[in-house]
Amino acid sequence: MIELRGLTKSFGAVHAVRGIDVTIETGATVALLGPNGAGKSTTLDMVLGLLRPDGGDVRVFGTPPAEAVARGAVGAMLQTGQLIRDLTARELLRQFASLYPKPLDVDETIELVGIRDIAGRLTQKLSGGETQRVRFALALVSNPDLLVLDEPTVAMDVESRRGFWTTMREFATRGKTVVFATHYLDEADAYADRAVLMANGLVVADGPTTEIKAMVGRRTLRATLADVPLEELERLPGVTHAERRGEAVVLACSDSDVTLRALIARYADARDIEIGGAGLEEAFLELTR
Amino acid sequence: MNAATYIRYELKRTFRTRRFILLAFGFPVVLYFLIAGPNRGEDNLGGTGLSAPLYFMIGLVSFGAMNAMLSAGARIAGERQVGWNRQLRITPLSPRTYFRTKVLTGYVMAIGTMALMYSSGAILGVRLPAGEWAHMTWLILIGLIPFAALGILFGHLLSVDAIGPAMGGTTALLSFLGGVWFPIQHGALHVIAELLPSFWLVQASRVALGGSGWTANGWLIMGAWSVLLAAGAMAAYRRDTGKA
Repeated sequence: MIELRGLTKSFGAVHAVRGIDVTIETGATVALLGPNGAGKSTTLDMVLGLLRPDGGDVRVFGTPPAEAVARGAVGAMLQTGQLIRDLTARELLRQFASLYPKPLDVDETIELVGIRDIAGRLTQKLSGGETQRVRFALALVSNPDLLVLDEPTVAMDVESRRGFWTTMREFATRGKTVVFATHYLDEADAYADRAVLMANGLVVADGPTTEIKAMVGRRTLRATLADVPLEELERLPGVTHAERRGEAVVLACSDSDVTLRALIARYADARDIEIGGAGLEEAFLELTR
Repeated sequence: MNAATYIRYELKRTFRTRRFILLAFGFPVVLYFLIAGPNRGEDNLGGTGLSAPLYFMIGLVSFGAMNAMLSAGARIAGERQVGWNRQLRITPLSPRTYFRTKVLTGYVMAIGTMALMYSSGAILGVRLPAGEWAHMTWLILIGLIPFAALGILFGHLLSVDAIGPAMGGTTALLSFLGGVWFPIQHGALHVIAELLPSFWLVQASRVALGGSGWTANGWLIMGAWSVLLAAGAMAAYRRDTGKA
């Protein structure tokens, strides 16, 4: 079990993480979903023990991150980073595997990630996408109980992405806990059991991915509409969430067409109606403003 | 975890870096043949009673070993640049094994350089009694400890862009003040020189010139530098990695 309690972290005046509580059950695959700057990487770095929290506490399988790392229980693919030069991918995997108490077989890992064709190549001769796959292999070869992936598919093309997630799923079925950060709702939806939605350093929603998708995956409707209680608006068809900004109301919609018809039918004085795009980023901002 | 495998690949990697190997091994050897080669018949260099090939061999043995040792540590800067130190931090690799591996790699490089210099000397006719040779080698190996720490300190403190000039300047200054190029025997410069680890490294190789090795003062100074620079390297590593 991974436990984050009241976690905070600031960099100077920037409050990257502003107090989050998340518990992740062993064996679960959880997506940390949010736009850039939401605090996902900072959170993951604290889970890995790369950053010390300003406040709060992280427990990885009951111990501080450093101890979990020292036991070899944690493997990660960090968001940034390249490989050291002058070893072949296979040699680097062998060197890496030697650091762990119960590593996967190197050749098995190479097959699993599908890098047999590049395993004999020096790391500096690999393309960006190939480097990503070797980095993934490095995370897997340690055979960790917790696998942390920070925006792992950013540098990958569509084909590589699919292969990557298939491998991740296969690895997760071995009873592993997987936490990955992404700003793609589709990735969270397709590959995680649960999504933790982050924005501005806070958890703004946490639940099964289907719920999260319904909450943010659609559109927002904005209208100037005074004196209508929010509870009433939330009962409109297709509305998942309603907020007031002075004269205006912002409705998060699972089906904005239905909402729009109902809105106009019921409130003839609604004006300045805008329907916003479905970008995750916009949705987050709407939800958290 | 299996430290032997880790170290084996670290060495393999080092020896595969052609430019590094060429510079660390090749530079002092080329320098030696350029300086001592034309004077190989000189048996009384500058009235010292020493042959030119011997005189320059002992200077370049300490210079080459120091250079190799520092460069090995400085490679850490390159690893940091690609974020490898972060990657290593999420492995069970202990700081102790990490340092041990770095120091060992440095020693392998330094010993390689020394062997090459000894062979080069032999080619130009240098012959030494086994006892002197062993005494000199042993003292140089001890004298390299502060440089192992200094290399690691640089590697963790400096960026890849800064490491070249820093290393070049440091080796030039230390070897000059240490008396690699010509002996510094008098004046304020001598007082300063005697406080530097490079001075005693060169003194170690001077055993082959009939020197007596290190005085008690020398041991003390080398011990102090070793402790100081090792603490510095540790602090730089901690600052760099945030690891306790």
